[in-house]
This record gives sequence, structure tokens and C-alpha cells, in this order.
Amino acid sequence: MTSAPPHVPSLSLPVPEGLKTVGRVTADDPLICARNVNVYYGDKHAIREVSIDIARNQVLAMIGPSGCGKSTFLRCINRMNDTIEGARVTGAIVLDGRDIHERKQDVVQLRARVGMVFQKPNPFPKTIYENVAYGPRIHGLAADRGELDEIVHTSLQRAGLWEEVKDRLGNPGTSLSGGQQQRLCIARTIAVNPEVILMDEPCSALDPIATARIEDLIDELSASYAIVIVTHSMQQAARVSQRTAYFHLGDLIEVGETDRIFTNPRHKLTEDYITGRFG
Amino acid sequence: MSSRTAAQTQALVQKSLRRRYWAERRFRAYGLAAVLFGILFVFFLIGTIVARGYPAFRQAYLTLDIHYDAAVIDPEGTRSPDTVAGANYNTLVRNSLRQLFPDVQERADVRQLSQLVSNSAAHQLQARVREHPELIGRHEKRRFLAGADVDQLLKGSIDRAAPQESRVLNDRQIAWADALRERADLKLEFNTGLLLNGDSREPEQAGVGGAVLGSVFTLLVTLLLSFPIGVAAAVYLEEFARRNRWTDVIEVNINNLAAVPSIVFGLLGLAVFLNFFGLPRSAPLVGGLVLTLLTLPTIIIASRAALKGVPPSIREAALGIGASRLQMVAHHVLPLAMPGMLTGTIIGMARALGETAPLLMIGMVAFIVDRPQGITDPATVLPVQIYLWADSPERAFIERTSAAIMVLLVFLIVMNGLAVILRRRFERRW
Repeated sequence: MTSAPPHVPSLSLPVPEGLKTVGRVTADDPLICARNVNVYYGDKHAIREVSIDIARNQVLAMIGPSGCGKSTFLRCINRMNDTIEGARVTGAIVLDGRDIHERKQDVVQLRARVGMVFQKPNPFPKTIYENVAYGPRIHGLAADRGELDEIVHTSLQRAGLWEEVKDRLGNPGTSLSGGQQQRLCIARTIAVNPEVILMDEPCSALDPIATARIEDLIDELSASYAIVIVTHSMQQAARVSQRTAYFHLGDLIEVGETDRIFTNPRHKLTEDYITGRFG
Repeated sequence: MSSRTAAQTQALVQKSLRRRYWAERRFRAYGLAAVLFGILFVFFLIGTIVARGYPAFRQAYLTLDIHYDAAVIDPEGTRSPDTVAGANYNTLVRNSLRQLFPDVQERADVRQLSQLVSNSAAHQLQARVREHPELIGRHEKRRFLAGADVDQLLKGSIDRAAPQESRVLNDRQIAWADALRERADLKLEFNTGLLLNGDSREPEQAGVGGAVLGSVFTLLVTLLLSFPIGVAAAVYLEEFARRNRWTDVIEVNINNLAAVPSIVFGLLGLAVFLNFFGLPRSAPLVGGLVLTLLTLPTIIIASRAALKGVPPSIREAALGIGASRLQMVAHHVLPLAMPGMLTGTIIGMARALGETAPLLMIGMVAFIVDRPQGITDPATVLPVQIYLWADSPERAFIERTSAAIMVLLVFLIVMNGLAVILRRRFERRW
């Protein structure tokens, strides 16, 4: 399950001039390059001039106080903002050398490549099996029932849920506990075999034990996928990510190696936030 | 504030507490009173209808020994179908009655005697002989509908003590009926005709069968048109259409349409379906079309509310793994919204079932004896039938009116029961 076709050269776009973000926004092996991204909700300018690379096989954590635009930026990456009435996105988000806002870019195809896990576990009100099988089925990834069973099996296994649910695949997905539901949602996402997984505060509705399991899972999954996670917990960002981006009131303030951000923040706002002065 | 001691605060809370509990008790009493009041009215309503209507489910039948007299049916012995069909079968009935009461000789008396039997008897005999010409010359015991007045007499609706002039039956007729009753030739039995027959000017022959069929056909047309159109419109407006001035205008107009008096839809149907498109008058097809217009706003509004009730997280989940808009709607949103949509549809259909005014406009108020065989045959519907019967002066129609209301209520209960079953089947646990 390698993430990208090897023949596509990964090219990093030049960093725009006059960028206010502190730290290195580019990555060595970028899969996605966002440049000068702005989002407007009606008259509200939700995020301003965000430029950042997302690397393969790495976890990028996005932190910041509530309403800072980190979730908004996350939802740009698979164009979920399209579904919000009055939302407008400008700038470039380039995946494998192609802007995702291009006319030729099919949004359904994009979302098959860029999967998403939401804040609240949201399994379909269907069986566990159907939850995982739904994506492969609509995308035609399985030729027959056997192959579909195989995909369901491996996806649940990789999401660390197989052992718990293998005897009750016919039960409704909603009958699981919150942590199990979230892992089911992750299994559902990876069943489509995406290249990027976006996670919007995936543990905020879970207890600490379930959170720890998800964090372990994120760690394992980062071997195969580029992962972008929005989190309110700085400890979580420190635990699971290799790079961290700090957002503040719609601006991307600082980007850097996670270790460096938490030990030696360069921007005053970043420092204030991680030392708990606001947020 | 801070100067108050804890005990003082407690005392104040205590005081307000009493007031709050009292308010709550009062409110609950109001609610309970309202519910009881409602139940009382429903019981009163249903009670009166049942009390008035249940006698109609029994009907007086008279058994007569009929002599298929060749001299009456076919005096020349040709046995040609025309002669047989054209014979005077009333004579057979009359002769049979005169055999029972040989002392009745006067022409006027004989006529009074034959009023004991419904005039459908002659038609029945005609049909019988047409089918079995070999019966001519033989005797046979046949059961006929008694006349409506005799029927009322048996049910005790005619006051025997009243002076003869103010009764529909005179003393002799009552004596005859009593004699027949004693011989067990005249008795009350379950009235199948009420449920199967079409309308008739003679109350004893009138039934709701035609109206029930008309209602079924009309509602079938309504359901087949309004459910798919309503759901599709709701899905489009809720899930696909962008919010702009046009959708606002449409939304306002749908809400307005739901409040338009139904007779206006009837006039519209008359102008458009009958006069412009030239569809058949009095037909369930047109009735269904008009009622579709009437129920569409209800169904669209209810369906949109049901769609709005589907949590957005389900939509995001589906879109997030790359479902197209249509797949999201068809696979996830619609199944969850279906119970609500069905509820709305049933409310709309229940309203359509009880609707009278628009159907008057398109001619479904016509007096139609035959049962409709399809959606283009002239027909009437249950509420219109009730309206027609309620207008008739005969005593026997009063109980039939109530009986028709009972049939309508049963129809409604069956429909609602069906809706509950369907909804259960579609309902999913979260």
C-alpha cells in the first residue's frame, strides 16, 4: 500500500514572497503544496494567505486556539468547503502537480485520494461490514465479494478493530463504543486506499484510553499515508506529529519540526499559546 | 445581596419553589383537561356516528316463492331473448305476493302490497331468467331486498302509534309485513349490498361499493403522482439547489400553496384538466390529478423537514469517502428521511381521502350507479357519497350516511395503520 505512484515527480512550489509565516513551510518530499490559500465565508475572511507543504509518510499537526482556521484549512484539502453555502477558496492547493481546484479535477476522485476522519465519530447507520465496504463498493475497488471481504478485513485490521468486531460484522456500526466507532471511521477511510488522511480533532469526543489507541494507530498509519491532524491538545500534537503548524486568527503563524516548535518556538504568539497563556 | 444569610436565601428559594410547583401543577392540569376534552369529543363524534350508522349494516330481506309463469314471461312460447327480456317481471313478484295474501284484490291494494318488495326484485328476476331460460314454467324460492320502508319498520324506526297519515306505511302494509315476519319470510340479515353496490335512488339498493372503488382509484393516482414528485422536489430543493432568490420564491410559494382553499384546486382542475386537456369528466384520473396538486405542498414541506432532520455528519461521512452528491442522498440521506417523508405523505393522503370540494368541481358529484372499472370511468368518492346521501330526504339514507362515514373512518384507519407498518420497516437505529 504505497501512497503515490513512483513515476510522478514530487515538485515543491516556490514559497511566495513576503510570507509572514515563521519557520520552514516547505517539506523535503511534499505530496501537497498549498500556496496563498484564502477562505471566505460570505464576508468573513476565515483564513489568510496560508502556504504550507504536506509531506508523504509524515504527520502534520495543526494547532491553535478555537476559531483560528485550522479546521477550515483542513477542509480545503479535500474540498469539503464546497458543501458549505457561501464559502469561497482562493489560492493554489497542488496535489501531485495538479491544482485540486482545476476544472478537470473531479471532486469525487479527490476525496477518494484524500480521506477524512471527523471530530465526532459518524458511522453510517448500517452494519460494521457495510460501513467499511461502502467506499470500495461505490468506487468499484473490489471485483467480487471475496475481494471486498478482503478489503474489509485488512482495513479493520489496520485500524486495530478487527479482533474486537470480527464476530459481529453484521451488527450496526452505531452499536460500538465511541472509540471503536472512531476506529471504524478510520477503517472506512483507509478502505478506499487514500494517499492523505485528514483528521479533524479525531479524539475530542473520546476518553483517554480510546485516545491512546487512536494515537498509536495514527503512528502506524503514518508509515503509509500523509496525515494531517487538527488537535486542541498540544500533548497530542507532540506525541503523534513530526511537523506542527500553529494557526492564529486565520493566519499561519509558525511551522516547524514538532520538537523544535514545542521546545524553541520562534514567534511570540506560538510561545504564548504553547506555554498556556491563552487558547 | 451578600448581606443575606444562607437561611434567608433558603427561605426565599422555598417561597419561590412553592410558586413554581403550583404553576407546574396548574399547567399540567390544563394539558390534561385539554386531552380529556379532546377524547370526549372524539368519543361523542364516533359514538353518534356508530349509533346512527350500525343499523345500515343489516337489511330486511324477503323470501318469496316465485312462479316463473310462462303466460307472463313468454305467452307465445317463442323463447326469443327479446321477448324474455322485455317481459313484465313485476307481475311475477306481485303474483307471488298475492298468493300469500289472497284477500288482496283491489288494484290500489295490490300496488301497496308490492311496495313491500324493492323494485330491484324485477331486475333480479329478469337477469335470472335470461341466464336460465329453462326455469320458465317452474317454481323457485328467491330472496329479495325488502322495500326501504319495510326495512325501517323492522329496525323500529317507524312509529306504529303515529296516525296512519303521517307514516310512510299504512296499517295494512304494517299488518302484511308483520304476517310475513311471523312466517320468517321477512327478516334482517347482514347487508352485503351496502359494501358492494353502487349508488341508487332507492335507499335499500344503495351502497358505498362504487364510492370505495372510486376513492381507491383516485388515491392510487394521487399517491403514484404526488409521492415521487413530492420527494424528488424536496430532495432537489434541499440537497441540490443553491440558496438564491429563485429558491426563496419557490419556497414561499410552496408554503402558500399549502394554505390555498381546496376548492381553488378544483376550479384549476376544471379549467386545465377538463377544459384544456379534455380529460374525462367525473373520472378518478382527474380527481387524482387535482388531489395531487392539493397534497404536493404537504408532502414537499414534510419531506424537506425530514431531510433537514438528517444529521449533517452523515452527509459529511459519505462525501468524505468520495460518494457523489446523488450517492450521498440515495444511499444515506433518503433512507434516514424516509419515515418522515412517509408520515408527510400519509397526512397528505388522509387529507386527500376526505376532500370533497375540489371533486365537486370536476364532476365527481354526479349520480353514478355503476362501479368504476378503471381510472377513466365515471366515479364518485366516499366523502362525496356522504355529501350526496346526507342531502337525501329518505329515512333509510340517514343511517346509510352514517354507515358511509364509518366506512370512510375504517378506510382512514387502515391507511394510517399501513403507514405505521411501513415507517417501522424503514426506521433505522442510530
